[in-house]
Amino acid sequence: MTAVIFFIFAGIAVFCGISLVAQTHPIASALSLIGVMGSLAILYLQLGGEFIAAAQVIVYAGAIMVLFIFVIMLLNAGAEGTSLQVSRFAKYVGMVLLAAFLGLISFIIQASLPKTEGVVFGAFTGGTAADVGRKLFTVYLLPFEVTSVLILIALLGAIVLARREV
Amino acid sequence: MNFLILSLIKAAVLAGVLMTTLAYLQWIERKVIGHIQLRMGPYRVGPHGLLQPLADVVKLITKEGVLPSHVNKLFYLLAPFLAVALALISIAVIPFGPQVTIGPVTTWMQLTDLNMGVLFVLAVSSVGVYAVALGGWASNNKYSLLGGLRSSAQMISYELPLALALAAPLLLANTLSFRAIVDGQAGYWLGFIPRWNVFPEIVGFAVFVIAAFAETNRVPFDLPEAENELVAGFHTEYSSMSFAAFFMAEYANMVTVTAVATLLFLGGWHAPFPEPYSSFIPIVIFAGGGLIALYHGLHPARRKDKFTLPAAAVVFLGIAGIFGLSFYIPVMQTILMALFWFCGKVGFLLFVFIWVRGTLPRFRYDQLMRFAWIVLFPLSMVNLLVTGLIVALTSK
Repeated sequence: MTAVIFFIFAGIAVFCGISLVAQTHPIASALSLIGVMGSLAILYLQLGGEFIAAAQVIVYAGAIMVLFIFVIMLLNAGAEGTSLQVSRFAKYVGMVLLAAFLGLISFIIQASLPKTEGVVFGAFTGGTAADVGRKLFTVYLLPFEVTSVLILIALLGAIVLARREV
Repeated sequence: MNFLILSLIKAAVLAGVLMTTLAYLQWIERKVIGHIQLRMGPYRVGPHGLLQPLADVVKLITKEGVLPSHVNKLFYLLAPFLAVALALISIAVIPFGPQVTIGPVTTWMQLTDLNMGVLFVLAVSSVGVYAVALGGWASNNKYSLLGGLRSSAQMISYELPLALALAAPLLLANTLSFRAIVDGQAGYWLGFIPRWNVFPEIVGFAVFVIAAFAETNRVPFDLPEAENELVAGFHTEYSSMSFAAFFMAEYANMVTVTAVATLLFLGGWHAPFPEPYSSFIPIVIFAGGGLIALYHGLHPARRKDKFTLPAAAVVFLGIAGIFGLSFYIPVMQTILMALFWFCGKVGFLLFVFIWVRGTLPRFRYDQLMRFAWIVLFPLSMVNLLVTGLIVALTSK
C-alpha cells in the first residue's frame, strides 16, 4: 500500500518537474512547481515527517508560490516561444540519451555511497511538531538563530531597496 | 477492512450533511438578510421559501455553461474545481463529538484525527488562494484579474494574524490535534464557568474572527468581488455550475472556519453548563419553539399559517421528543448532546457572519491592508507573546 502511494506521488513529482521546464507559459510552470511541492509533502508525510510536510505546503505552496504567481499576474507575462529549433530526430534521440545519462549518474551515486538499510515507511517517529521544536531549540540552536538573522538582513535589504524607489 | 467500511460510512454521512448544510446556509443567509432589511426573503418556492435551495440547484445545473472565447481554457476550468475541492477537504479533520460506542463499533465522531490537524487546516486554506487567483487570471478580464490579485494579497496578509491568533490557544493546549485541544477545554472553573479558551484568549478570538471574515472574502472584507468597482470580481466570467462551485466554496470555507473557531476557542462539543442542567436545554428550546409555532398556527395571521406552522410545531416537538427519549439511551444522548452544542456554536458564529454582512459597509482597499498590518498583526503578536509568557511562568 505504502509503496503504491510512494510510486504514484513520486511519479507525479517527476511529471510536474518535467512539466515545469517544458511549459512555455510562466503560470503553467509555477503551477507545476506547486505540484512538485505538494507531492513532495506527501512523500515527507509517508516518511513520518508530519510537521515538515505541513510546513512544506504552508510555506512553499501557500506563501512563496502565491507571491510568484502574484508577480507573474501583475507583469502579465505571456507564453514564450521556444527559440531553439531542433529536428524531430534530435529530439527523440536526445530523450533516450538523457534518460541513459541520468540512469548512469544515479547508478554511480548509488554505487559510491556506503550501503545502508532501505527506508521503512512509518519507522521514523521523530517528526511531530514537538520533536522538531525541541531539536531546533537545543541541538540546532545556533543554525536556527543564524537563519533568523539572515532573514532579518533580507527583510531590511528589501525595505531599503523599496524605500529608494518611493 | 472494518476501518475502511467505517470510514466510507462516515465520509458518506459527512458529505451528505455538509452538502445539505451548504445549500440551506444560503437560504438562511437570504432569509436573515431579508429580515434585517425588513423584507421577507425567499418566500415563493415551498412554505417560507424552504425549497428555494432545490430550485436554485436545478436552475444552476440547467443553465448554459458559457465558455468565453478569450479565456485560458485549462486554468479557467480548473479554478472552480480547485476552489470546491480545497474548501471541502478540511472538514475531514474536524471532530464533531467524543468517542462513542454503537453496538460492537467504537469510533470517534470525526472522519480522521491527525496529530497536526490544525496545521492541516491552515495548509489547505493557504493553498485555497490559488483557486481565486487562477480564476481571476484565466478569465482574461481586467475586473477578474483585479479581483484575483486583491484576493491573493488580502488572503496572504490576513493569514498572518489568523495563524498567530490560532497559535495562542495551541500554546494553552500544548498540542496540534483538534481532539486533544477540545479535551483540554472540558470542565468548569468554580463549577459553572466553562474552561473554554475564549475567556483567557478573548483578544485572540476577536482577531481570529475578524481575520476569518477576510479569509473567506466576506463582507466587510469582500473586496475581491466588490460589485460597485469590479462587476463581480474574480467570478465575473463564470456561469452555471462553475459559478456555483465558487459559491459553494465560499460557504464551505465559512463552515470550516467557524468550526475551527468553535473547536479552538469555544470548547467544541462541551456544553456551557454542567451536566444535569445542560441536557434539558435542547428540550426546552425545541419544545418552546414548537409550542410557539403551535400557538401561532392556531391563531393564524395569514391564511397559509394554518397549515405551515402546525407542521413546523410537529417537527420541533418531535425533535424535543427525541432529545427526551435519549435520556433512556446513553449512547444516543452522548451523540445528540455533542451534535447539539457543536452545531449550536457553529450556527451562532455563522449567524454572526450573516449578521455582519447585513450591518457593516465594505472597507476601502487601503483601509483593509492597513488594518491587517497595523492593527491586527501587532495585536495578535502581543497576544501570543503574553500567552507564551503566562504559559512559561505557570507550567513547571
